[in-house]
Amino acid sequence: MKNLLPAMAFLLAAPMAQACETFTSGDISVQQAWSRASIGTGRPAVLYLEITNNGAMDDALLGLTTPAASMPMLHETTVTDGVAAMPHAASIPVPAGQTVALSPGGFHGMLMGLTAPLVEGEKVPITLTFEKAGALDVSVDILSMRAQEAACVDAK
Amino acid sequence: MRRRQVILSLAGVAGAAALMLGLGAWKARNRAVPNALLPLPLTKMDWRLTNHLGQEVTVAEWRGRPAMVFFGFTYCPDVCPTTLLDIADWLEALGSDADRLTVALITVDPERDTPDVLADYISNFDPRIIGLTGSMGETACAAADFRISFDKMPTVDGDYTMNHTAGVFLFYANGRFASIIDFHEDRRFAVPKLRRILA
Repeated sequence: MKNLLPAMAFLLAAPMAQACETFTSGDISVQQAWSRASIGTGRPAVLYLEITNNGAMDDALLGLTTPAASMPMLHETTVTDGVAAMPHAASIPVPAGQTVALSPGGFHGMLMGLTAPLVEGEKVPITLTFEKAGALDVSVDILSMRAQEAACVDAK
Repeated sequence: MRRRQVILSLAGVAGAAALMLGLGAWKARNRAVPNALLPLPLTKMDWRLTNHLGQEVTVAEWRGRPAMVFFGFTYCPDVCPTTLLDIADWLEALGSDADRLTVALITVDPERDTPDVLADYISNFDPRIIGLTGSMGETACAAADFRISFDKMPTVDGDYTMNHTAGVFLFYANGRFASIIDFHEDRRFAVPKLRRILA
């Protein structure tokens, strides 16, 4: 009992990581969708998430729409000879049986023309369009401006 | 007399040969390093910019302190926040040692990144990070001293984004260039590199 109390205190002090919400359409499931709180609406916001293709057919993410931004796009950060560029990605391949991450420094969604500031703790709805799986509605967690990764833990 | 001329001309030939060999070695050394265009030492730089408080800053004011400098812009959604967040983490890991460090973000987008915009933006990271902006000419001058490149890229909606050198440059207190922390480098190497310029 004596030993149990500090153990319980430790459990309470540990951050309560939520399980990730998973969104599924056909063979495609998406989780760990997050963005950072924005300063106003002038600057483009970012979108990160993880896509898993549970099927036997390759698929691809073709685009996204959201009421939160007038011009959402897919981009990829590339670094060539030390110079970072951010070309538009026409599509992001999601091969059969694989998980593809849109994450800092790689593929990411860019939300240009924010209709309202993104506020920490709120959620934003986004519709992803896949070549085969079609449309998939996803809820995106708005984390702090200092977030580097999703705040939830994979349900897998 | 004749003998003296022979000796002189022999010396001349030897001198020319040594010069050629030296040049060859110098060229070979440059070829061996893929990115030979490294930043100048801070002591050889000559830029003048404006900080996020609206005050003029010259590179001469940085003498005697180790420095960490990177180029970016506040309308950048992925690379720049990621770099700034990393830098804030490194400064936290270094603790009060980092107070001896000059840490600066130089914007490659001075049109949008005015001192006020920079102040608003960097306040979200670490108070030890300063923002620097300037006219296009002043920015180009700083970019040339650091040997970095930046380019304005129009986007479909008539807006624009910037391509720019993404590495973080480290300098010793005497102004000598120390190393680069590359954007895709393993972040665990960053703090030891910083400790080296603080030593």
